[in-house]
Amino acid sequence: MPETIQKDSLIGKRITKLDAPEKASGKTRYIQDLDVQGQLYGKILRSSRVHAKIKRIDTSKAKALSGVHAVITAADVPYQRPIGVAKDHLPLKTDRVRSTRDEIAAVAAETEAIAEAALKLIEVEYEDLPILSDPNDALKPGAPLIHPEPHGADGSHEHLKQGMPIAYAGKPDNIAMTFDYEQGDVAAGERESDVVFEDTFFLHYVTHCCMGVSGIIAEFDSSGNLLLYSNTQVPFLHKREFAEILGMDPARIRIIQPPIGGGFGSKLDIYPFEPITVFLAKATGRPVKLVFTREEEFLASPTRQPVILTLRSGCRKDGTLTFRTVNTLHDNGAYTSWGATTPFVMMQTISSLYRVPHCLYHTKAVYTNNPYAGSFRGYGNLQATFAVEQHMDMMAEAIGMDPLDFRLKNAQDPGEVTPQGMHFKSCGLKECLKTAAAVSGYREKFKANQANRDKPGRIKRGVGIASMLHVGGGAKIYPSDGCGTILKMDDFGAVTLITGASEIGQGSETVLAQLVCEELGLPLSAVRVVNNDTEITPWDVGVHASRTTFIAGNSAIGAARKARGKILAAAAMQAGLNAEELDLRGGHIVETQSGKVVMTLSKLLRQLHFNDKAELVMTSFYYEPPSKHQDKKFKGDVSAAYAWATQVVEVEVDTDTGIVRLLKVTGAHDVGRVLNRLGIEGQIEGGIVMGQGYALTEELMVENGVVRNPGFRDYKLITAPEIPEMDVRFIETMDGEGPQGAKGVGEAPAICIAAATANAIHNATGVRIMALPFTPEKVYRALHAARKEAA
Amino acid sequence: MSQQLINLTLNGVPTKVSVPVDMSALEMIRNVTGLTGTKYGCGEGECGACTILLDGVSLNSCLLFAVECDGRQVTTIEGLASDPLGLRIEKAFVEAGAVQCGFCTPGMVVQARQLLQDNPHPTREEIQRGIEGNLCRCTGYVKIIDAIEAIAVGKES
Repeated sequence: MPETIQKDSLIGKRITKLDAPEKASGKTRYIQDLDVQGQLYGKILRSSRVHAKIKRIDTSKAKALSGVHAVITAADVPYQRPIGVAKDHLPLKTDRVRSTRDEIAAVAAETEAIAEAALKLIEVEYEDLPILSDPNDALKPGAPLIHPEPHGADGSHEHLKQGMPIAYAGKPDNIAMTFDYEQGDVAAGERESDVVFEDTFFLHYVTHCCMGVSGIIAEFDSSGNLLLYSNTQVPFLHKREFAEILGMDPARIRIIQPPIGGGFGSKLDIYPFEPITVFLAKATGRPVKLVFTREEEFLASPTRQPVILTLRSGCRKDGTLTFRTVNTLHDNGAYTSWGATTPFVMMQTISSLYRVPHCLYHTKAVYTNNPYAGSFRGYGNLQATFAVEQHMDMMAEAIGMDPLDFRLKNAQDPGEVTPQGMHFKSCGLKECLKTAAAVSGYREKFKANQANRDKPGRIKRGVGIASMLHVGGGAKIYPSDGCGTILKMDDFGAVTLITGASEIGQGSETVLAQLVCEELGLPLSAVRVVNNDTEITPWDVGVHASRTTFIAGNSAIGAARKARGKILAAAAMQAGLNAEELDLRGGHIVETQSGKVVMTLSKLLRQLHFNDKAELVMTSFYYEPPSKHQDKKFKGDVSAAYAWATQVVEVEVDTDTGIVRLLKVTGAHDVGRVLNRLGIEGQIEGGIVMGQGYALTEELMVENGVVRNPGFRDYKLITAPEIPEMDVRFIETMDGEGPQGAKGVGEAPAICIAAATANAIHNATGVRIMALPFTPEKVYRALHAARKEAA
Repeated sequence: MSQQLINLTLNGVPTKVSVPVDMSALEMIRNVTGLTGTKYGCGEGECGACTILLDGVSLNSCLLFAVECDGRQVTTIEGLASDPLGLRIEKAFVEAGAVQCGFCTPGMVVQARQLLQDNPHPTREEIQRGIEGNLCRCTGYVKIIDAIEAIAVGKES
């Protein structure tokens, strides 16, 4: 036993991930690697048409194939209920298909090969309908209606096809969702303006490309309880939703999340393959496993929302912003998932990233026959920031102001409550701007590149700046944003941390363990984290909105502090000292001042059984602190804390080929406080490169409703040689409500890259491109058109 | 589909398996021999998650027929548990923070093993080129490059 132990904090250290050794050695079992005794393999037949009526389905040949246990269509599951955010989507389609991903039938068979062979034996007769693939056409008179009211063969509601649930009533037009927000008086704002710009920005389809494809295993026990092995990011919400879809008692559904091969928001909704696998398990009485192919992953998983965004904004000569008016059209695709709700986040950037007195925001998400959009890291913020930050540069240039000064003049300060009602208790935006600019040499480079723009030379350099605002202390998009923790200590001083928070690779289990160890003076090796079984873990709203460190972290700290209080009280009683003068360090109880060791923790814990009857199981919950929730007009606070960042991007543009290379990204991130330095660096670097892909290389090409590039050969992710040099700085604003002062960071790094890249291309060439991605062809054409004009 | 009996050395162990002639080496490794460390990421040789060593040379096992492994040495991520350099790489990945969701990691580790065997002291740029065929969606590659560089310059922690 050491004589003294000095205080040693884990906060801000480089902590290796608890799950990394298993993952690096190939021992981790993802959903693809799990097999359940007696399982069958599920496969789905998808539509071969973009928009069509289903006239006839014949499954008899498939059913006759040896090794096939079930072939199901909508007619076999009359109990199915619509899924998704707007409940407009039946897992198995009844009378029509609305996109090429649409599920028509499903097979459960003894092997994947037999299931695939069976799919080929299913006959489907279609009657093609006109295709609506351009969102601009969705509201035109005579546009094909994507969700007409369902009618039976005789035209009445009474004789609907078997399998059509009554709840599904159709839609009178192609509007899936609308959002409207207003503050001040934009007309008055425009009258005060010296400069006004109006432009339309085009944001494209991209998709998550999780390295682990989607999959699920569904199994009923003999009492009818359902066990799902699922990659969901929201296990507790899905218990309830699956229950609704299946007409079950939610208490009878258990969700176990195996380690997840990437999430990024793609697993926030229920998709048809999940209930369909349950239907197959029900039909066969056997466990059924269904795993996508990569092609299927491209065709049938969600996308980021494509947006056409028209922004009108103005400022005075002195650089004060006056107003913003935004109209957006979102391509919802054939069904409604979370993508339709991203305007909720977009309007925050429009109204509150900088001080704008007058704002008007209208958005419509319209149905088309295209792939449907879900939630994706940043949740609409990449799109909004792309437009807002380009206009910031354009206005600065028009009034002859340095773009950095222009932003600093309009940047928020700590303590502000914006007209939308967001309360910025901690706010490091100005420090982010100044730091990113100073470290990168932004001002000097900006001027030098501008001066060099019209000189001869094929390769031009550019520097661009953009900032972002995002929720960093949970997000009040559900009625509650809580997380529970159970903390158990054993006789040997080891801790089991049972948390509702899900790990999707981001490192939550490590940071939660770290926060607990900080309170209890234990090494990381003393903690085991249990975080993936709804039967065991306490409730949590799910892993999204950059919320886990903040919400689950505060919850874990709460439980650890309870344990600490009990231990120190017991130790004080035994040693005849004041609990206030004791501390926990290195597995020992010590005197706080001197560090003198009083006793070993494990010995004390063992004695407690006999002396104190101490209950060494702690429970705690954390809910976001009380604040004014948003009202129906979207006024109010949405998070307990907000994250800020500025990124400066340096590019090289080859004016002969249109190739844009990202040379360097300098980021300054207000993260509240760095908890795990290794983890936060990794998240930011990964986010930057995801943003780079969005800006330069990634595009899901959808033509007439057909995805043309469902594979990594033609959908280009950034590869290792293409990454920029990165210099990331942390602005530690020590948020008063954050766990140890920290705020969320998961989404932030991906948000500004495209906007900053657009500004950098303009700095390099004088040409502004308002459509993504900046492929060589697009850039070449833009430069070429500009040259022609100049000539 | 007709079956074929093949003999291979899998991670040092003589192994006899019967496989359909159209089966990929990836499917054989995962579904016939039950070693799941090698991952399916795309099935068309674009992502590198299924990287293995065949007679000591790295390749995408999804593009290799299982029957082509007959009479040859196959090493998977599990096989690196008895390979000193492989173990050093795995440790370096953990220490450098090169692992997030971890799905690409086994393929990356096997590819790094190939790279460091061919060139024990690669530059950063050579490392980037060396893992060009392996996709990662989480890390932005920086910490993966850091991990391999730590071994290349002898600065493992």
